Amino acid sequence: MQTYDLEADGLRGMNSILQAQSGETNQTSWEIVNPKGSHAIAVGLDAPIEVTVKGSTGYYCAGMNQQATVHVVGSVGPGVAENMMSGTVIIDGDASQYAGATGHGGLLVIKGNASSRCGISMKGIDIVVHGNIGHMSAFMAQAGNLVVCGDAGDALGDSLYEARLFVRGSVKSLGADCVEKEMRHEHLEILADLLERAGADAKPEEFKRYGSARQLYNFDVDNAAAY
Amino acid sequence: MKDMDDQIPRTLPIQSATFTNPINAEIRRAAATGIYDIRGGGAKRKVPHFDDLLFLGASVSRYPLEGYRERCDTSVTLGTRFAKKPIQLDIPVTIAGMSFGALSGPAKEALGRGASAAGTSTTTGDGGMTPEERGHSNKLVYQYLPSRYGMNPNDLRKADAIEIVVGQGAKPGGGGMLLGQKISDRVAEMRTLPKGIDQRSACRHPDWTGPDDLEIKILELREITDWQVPIYVKVGATRPYYDTALAVKAGADVVVMDGMQGGTAATQDVFIEHVGIPTLACIRPAVQALQDLGVHREVQLVISGGIRTGADVAKALALGADAVAIGTAALVALGDNDPKWESEYQKLGTTTGAYDDWHEGQDPAGITTQDPELAARLDPVEAGRRLRNYLKVMTLEAQTIARACGHNHLHNLEPEDLCALTMEAAAMARVPLAGTSWYPGKEGF
Repeated sequence: MQTYDLEADGLRGMNSILQAQSGETNQTSWEIVNPKGSHAIAVGLDAPIEVTVKGSTGYYCAGMNQQATVHVVGSVGPGVAENMMSGTVIIDGDASQYAGATGHGGLLVIKGNASSRCGISMKGIDIVVHGNIGHMSAFMAQAGNLVVCGDAGDALGDSLYEARLFVRGSVKSLGADCVEKEMRHEHLEILADLLERAGADAKPEEFKRYGSARQLYNFDVDNAAAY
Repeated sequence: MKDMDDQIPRTLPIQSATFTNPINAEIRRAAATGIYDIRGGGAKRKVPHFDDLLFLGASVSRYPLEGYRERCDTSVTLGTRFAKKPIQLDIPVTIAGMSFGALSGPAKEALGRGASAAGTSTTTGDGGMTPEERGHSNKLVYQYLPSRYGMNPNDLRKADAIEIVVGQGAKPGGGGMLLGQKISDRVAEMRTLPKGIDQRSACRHPDWTGPDDLEIKILELREITDWQVPIYVKVGATRPYYDTALAVKAGADVVVMDGMQGGTAATQDVFIEHVGIPTLACIRPAVQALQDLGVHREVQLVISGGIRTGADVAKALALGADAVAIGTAALVALGDNDPKWESEYQKLGTTTGAYDDWHEGQDPAGITTQDPELAARLDPVEAGRRLRNYLKVMTLEAQTIARACGHNHLHNLEPEDLCALTMEAAAMARVPLAGTSWYPGKEGF
């Protein structure tokens, strides 16, 4: 285990060391201490390493992650794991706005709650939230899976494309072009796999599935009220 | 009695200056279809522009440099504020962001070839970076857009600069648009979207709002790219003083200011013609902001929107810009709106010079299309050569003017080299009306 004191040794040094790791490294386990809400912690990583952040972070923790597993023992600010490509990011606490925004791949697990716009514009990432999510989550979400073990706020899945949304609790309201859909066997399998990988204590049968009605894919003046 | 009636002078039919034929035609079109007009390009309305400015060549009070004999440099370095590797360009004319998707693959390749041969940069667009584009562009600026289509850290690290797009001059406050006809298999895959849908990009970034967030976003991008490459912030011209100041505060290396004549691949005509301000009106306030913050020339200013000639380049630089970017003019150089396609333009209900339905993907010149047969009409090598020639001519023209004003570098051009032909241009450019020492807003006249 390598330990890096962020307060003492600075952000650039930390990201530079972590970014320099490759698939052949034998320094696969890292611990970041004294994050104290700093922004851009462990961003742009591209190696199969494990990074544990001991404390809460600011904006864009684990941004654009590839391959790495980043575990935050605390809560995170806006844009955690934004544009993640692969790997795993686990948050023990809560996440602020835009968690997993535009992510293309990998798994983001939030063990607490996520604020508004969770999964905004997601492009293939899988997100599992053990708690609740805020309003406008999965706005313009294109691909991937968003699993919510608690409740969802207003306008879930507004202007949704092909992402799949699974919610166990209540949904305050659905956004434009987002509808409840049939939960088929293949969806239960996806859900079971994600719940297991995210360590969530829930059963796939307890969830409802939401997706795009595909009515806004091509402009139609008769749908003007929805625009 | 009838004979007398014939002798009474009649009132001639008078066309309304308000309800003109084009306006009435648009009302009828809207009534028939129920949808606003969408088109490509920039503002077509007449607005104060560089044509309303003139240079004051050297005379008794200043002496000129010898054309073709005395050196007049044209190089520019962008990104000197924070980046470890600023971009060095031979000429201060760059190629603006245009996406693969909006443009065909051969067109993007031609832009890269032409720009590289002329010693300047080209820029990606909504939809990500293609290998062809990276391969043919010696200097490639990677746009970081609200949609984040195709955005990935590997491409980010391949870029020579990153341009965070907050807005563009054709549609400040609006997002991108690529209609279903142009969402081919490859475009759909790059954007993670179903084929054939109307793709409407977001108008603001998904994970930040406001200048304080932007500062943190820039920090993240710098951390991911090891502070190597310059970070530009591009805005559509609306409030140029404050937007420039806030971009500087957020940590930008370069500010790109795009006026309303700047083109788009597709958006609503009402947006293009009625939102934003002319290019001429945004330069001096942007320069003023840089000067007030003490960073003029340390943070470079790139101006775009309606740049067509070396005279436009020289005027933009004289007003304080460090470089310009061209989009529409570059497409014309490649072959867009060429008279040789007139019969095909007429089949599409338009004519040479007016073709702007770039979103429909039926471009006879094979530039704004994803149709393989149409795209094959453009030879990227030949088109790239035309673009190189055009960039060289623009540079020679700008040098000619600079030498005539007595300057040995294009960046030595200054507002004092200019006068204005109209009150509006004088007010916007803050240079005197021709033959006077006054411009609107200046005291002491």
